[in-house]
Amino acid sequence: MEVSRFWRTTKQRYQLIGEVCGHCGTKIFPPRDVCPSCDLEAKTPFEFGGKGEVFSYSTIHQAPAGFEKYVPYTVALVKLEEGPLITAQLTDVDECDVKIGMPVEMVTRALREDGERGMLIYSYKFRPVMESKSI
Amino acid sequence: MRSNIPVGIVGYGSYVPRFRLPAQEVSDLWTDGNAVLPVREKSVPGLDEDVATMSIEAARNALKRARIMIPGQFNPKDIGAVWVGSESHPYAVKPTSTIVAESIGATPYTQAADWQFACKAGTEAFQASIGFVGSGMAKYALAIGMDAAQGRPGDALEYTAGAGGAAYLLGPISDSFVEIEASVSYVNDTPDFWRRQYEKFPEHAGRFTGEPAYFQHVTSAAQALFEGLGKGARDFDYFVCHQPNTRFPVKAGENLGFTMDQMAAGLLVNDIGNTYAGSCLIGLTAVLDKCKPGDRIMVVSFGSGAGSDAFSLKVTRLPSHNGVLCTHDYVRRRKVIDYAQYTRLKGNYRLT
Repeated sequence: MEVSRFWRTTKQRYQLIGEVCGHCGTKIFPPRDVCPSCDLEAKTPFEFGGKGEVFSYSTIHQAPAGFEKYVPYTVALVKLEEGPLITAQLTDVDECDVKIGMPVEMVTRALREDGERGMLIYSYKFRPVMESKSI
Repeated sequence: MRSNIPVGIVGYGSYVPRFRLPAQEVSDLWTDGNAVLPVREKSVPGLDEDVATMSIEAARNALKRARIMIPGQFNPKDIGAVWVGSESHPYAVKPTSTIVAESIGATPYTQAADWQFACKAGTEAFQASIGFVGSGMAKYALAIGMDAAQGRPGDALEYTAGAGGAAYLLGPISDSFVEIEASVSYVNDTPDFWRRQYEKFPEHAGRFTGEPAYFQHVTSAAQALFEGLGKGARDFDYFVCHQPNTRFPVKAGENLGFTMDQMAAGLLVNDIGNTYAGSCLIGLTAVLDKCKPGDRIMVVSFGSGAGSDAFSLKVTRLPSHNGVLCTHDYVRRRKVIDYAQYTRLKGNYRLT
């Protein structure tokens, strides 16, 4: 049971809330309270816009425990518009359509469940950017 | 019913998953292709989608529109209630609404609750939001109707039980582009459809779900609203009704005096199936995507068990979308699947 671990990261998983360094302006995700650029304290919350592009990706066929039902699924390094490079699953896309440089946007989706009786874990994933063509 | 303080729609948003199961697939498997198809196809949620995730996306679209309508002034901390109506909440015990509220930044000083009244749960939340805002207890309230509906393999409902819905941010009339003129709720104990505790699939009373349930409640609520307002079908530009199949809403509309010209814009069931608690609410989003100031809209839900909520809405300002996804953006995004893929997505294969 990892309830407390997931509870502590709710805001970063649901809303993509990281931090911004008050000294050099670097945007940080996931939050770590120390700026990776200037090594000074950085605790100011910052909500990322959720847009980025695929930096690299790999498709998983042998999944770790808890992810078996999603096989095959694609995990990507996503370069966020604000700078950080983060690891996340891609969703709403077929593997053959994934390209490096593809614009993606964050959505909140089910990540896995802690067994049949355990909690449901939701997190950020990225999908190809949907453009409005209606108006 | 009217609130003491005028209430309107400040923002709205919809969501439909991308997978589609043609009804012909169901018919081919269970009836040798001989069934009369109640819809062309239905939407099916992906493996990582449920009522919580779909509600979050619809809510985010609603908030994006609110930010456009009241630039620089909207703060999600002013949302006094996040209410999710559904009959397929991911947990039996634990609110969907707190997941949604956390995801849109409305926590912690907000009301949050899950509503249940079969397919009427969404408009129940909408009706309660009118009261919450209209009494002055909250500046804004978010009402969501969303479902990932279940149909027993081979049952009539399997052709239509779809996924999707809509979110509505209600608020003061000064921030709104749609005024809620009046509403009526009409309920009694009519057991036409139910799902018992711990059961995976619902049961229904076959043809009994028509006249004594759907048509009686929809018609009674709509006629009570007509009488209360002193209006008739010709006073409305659009009519949106609960859509369990393609036939029921059209027949109900015609019985009330509406024409296809008034109904077509809000009829989505042929493309996405029956989205249960989301059904008439997502139909309304398709109307709002194309409405203009002065338009008057009647919306009538139906929930088994049974009851209907009827609303009269008047468009007061042209909604600005500015890139926010519209309902037909989601309807057009479609990947057709076969029955085997559908069975996997619904979790009906045993992997071990």
